[in-house]
Amino acid sequence: MSLLAVFGIGWQVLVDAVGLGAVYALMAVGIGLVFGVLRLVNFAYGQLVMAGAYALAFASQWNWPLWAAVLFCVAVVVSLSLAMERVVFRPLRSQSPAVMLVATFAVAFLLQSIALLAFGPLGKAASSLGYLNRPLTIGSVDIRKITIVAIVVAALCLGLLMLLLGRTTVGLHMRAAAMDFRTARLLGVRADRVIGSAVLVSGLLAAAVSVILTVQNPLVTPDFALRDTIVVLAGVVVGGMNRLLSATLGGFAIGFVSGLLGGALPTDQSQYLPSFLFGLVILVLLVRPAGLFARGRGPVERV
Amino acid sequence: MRSRTLLRLTGPAVLVVAAALLGAVASDSTEVYFVNALVAVAIVVALYVFVGNSGVLSFGHVSFVAVGAWTAGVLSVPRSEKPAIMQYLFPFLRDHTVGNVPSLLLAAAVGGAFALLVGLPLMRLSGLAAGIATFGVLEITHNILRYYERIGPGANTFSSVPETTGVLQAAIGALLVVGAAFAYQTSRFGRLLRATREDVAAARAVGVSVYRQRLGAFALSGALAGFAGGLYVHLLPINTETVYLDLTFITLAMLVIGGMTSLWGAVVGALAVSGLDSVLAEAENGLDVGGIAVDLPAGTRIVVVGLLMALVLIVRPGGLTGGRELSLRRPPRAPANPNPRGEMES
Repeated sequence: MSLLAVFGIGWQVLVDAVGLGAVYALMAVGIGLVFGVLRLVNFAYGQLVMAGAYALAFASQWNWPLWAAVLFCVAVVVSLSLAMERVVFRPLRSQSPAVMLVATFAVAFLLQSIALLAFGPLGKAASSLGYLNRPLTIGSVDIRKITIVAIVVAALCLGLLMLLLGRTTVGLHMRAAAMDFRTARLLGVRADRVIGSAVLVSGLLAAAVSVILTVQNPLVTPDFALRDTIVVLAGVVVGGMNRLLSATLGGFAIGFVSGLLGGALPTDQSQYLPSFLFGLVILVLLVRPAGLFARGRGPVERV
Repeated sequence: MRSRTLLRLTGPAVLVVAAALLGAVASDSTEVYFVNALVAVAIVVALYVFVGNSGVLSFGHVSFVAVGAWTAGVLSVPRSEKPAIMQYLFPFLRDHTVGNVPSLLLAAAVGGAFALLVGLPLMRLSGLAAGIATFGVLEITHNILRYYERIGPGANTFSSVPETTGVLQAAIGALLVVGAAFAYQTSRFGRLLRATREDVAAARAVGVSVYRQRLGAFALSGALAGFAGGLYVHLLPINTETVYLDLTFITLAMLVIGGMTSLWGAVVGALAVSGLDSVLAEAENGLDVGGIAVDLPAGTRIVVVGLLMALVLIVRPGGLTGGRELSLRRPPRAPANPNPRGEMES
């Protein structure tokens, strides 16, 4: 604790950092799952979250009850996610990962500008869960309720996902496909079904992230979650893309470090937070290109 | 053989000159679109020098454009106006002002030096790690230029930079960049790098240092991008948001749509997308097509370009030109899906 105190980091900062890490871990799982079966880094993941946030904003404008709003959000995000897979990812399946990354980059910009076209640059308020922003005081630490909700939801989702991957046939197929897609297909794993279920689960996670992020930041704009996605993508690659666990840890770590840096940097330097964060990312990539949490030395790179 | 090689330079050059001539005879209001297109050619060709020849993706090239723009911009604002718009400048930046051509050369030098510096560690990486690391460079550059007001206007727009990039300067600039790209890709170094793109293991086996070849191309491409940034800042008042994600997307889209692996593709892509973009921009302002008033809502442009890029990647992954250089002979019958693995390293 004394070490933390030296950097001016108190419990408050620590709790907020864990909260941010939890949300980023959820996004990391969503990105990592799809990468596992498709070898595709989905740059457009943030736009799924953005779509869900707009769904929540509209639902709160129409005064829908909370359950209906959340259901609407899930429906919008999951159908968009499945549509994205069908229209863009499937035709590109045989391409190299870099080409697919560029394609999802295009999809991200496309969706963002569609949102700009349809909803304007000013943004809409999603306020139905606003009360979760109120703090809960424990000792001297003010914890916003949403931080607790975020941590609980993240833990719950990750737990359920572990059960799905570990205890069900679909999960087994997904793990097999992530390990070696071609061999898995030879052994009778249905490619479309396993990819479909990965995309579906990743969409569900994006919807959960939409709900949490709109509480933290109720103003929904076309670039909602764009910055978060960039940071999470960096985190996922830094953690190691080859295993879901290392990707998730990477997502959590970058959220946590980002929160800590935010608390530790003096106010006159806090605007340089992205520089420090990405400087750290580059440094870690240079030391461990296969990923910080990759098992052993990671796969031997062909290049 | 020689005439075929020459055709590969004259094709792109003729396109650039044609765009410049059209711009010169166009009315003042349309001229700016042609100038924009020519500057886009310079940026995309600079990007191509690295991405096209090495097959390694870079999301960071716009940071070299930004650094070049900052260099040329800060140095060419008249000294008397500097305190008003950039009051925190370092003394040596505050007290010196250079002319148009020196500012462009300095932009190229700073862009190249920055790329070399960044490339020294980064060129050891490949694949996704390289992609994310170059993205990190873009983030850091954007962040520092936006908030560090001792080297520029910070978040404000660059005003008072002499607007010297007209049709003539843009055309000469674009031709210089195309010429440099051509000279590089026909040189020994260019061929060695292209060999590593096609088959890394084989290139290694014959003694090519992948790291050194990539680093050289990265630095050259950074210098050209810095030069293009200089052209850009002399064209219109820009700020940090002008040289960030949107420009990264649009230039990458131009390269992909044209065909990532050839100079011809880079030029065709830049001009085709710029042309489409200009027409759409006019349509956003209200356009009269054969008596029918077309009035598209603002923001249609990126939707169309994004759709086009996704479509090209799905239907024709080699781009409009198939990633080949200009040739009068029909190319040998290509497989239905030309070279999906070799195009870009994973």
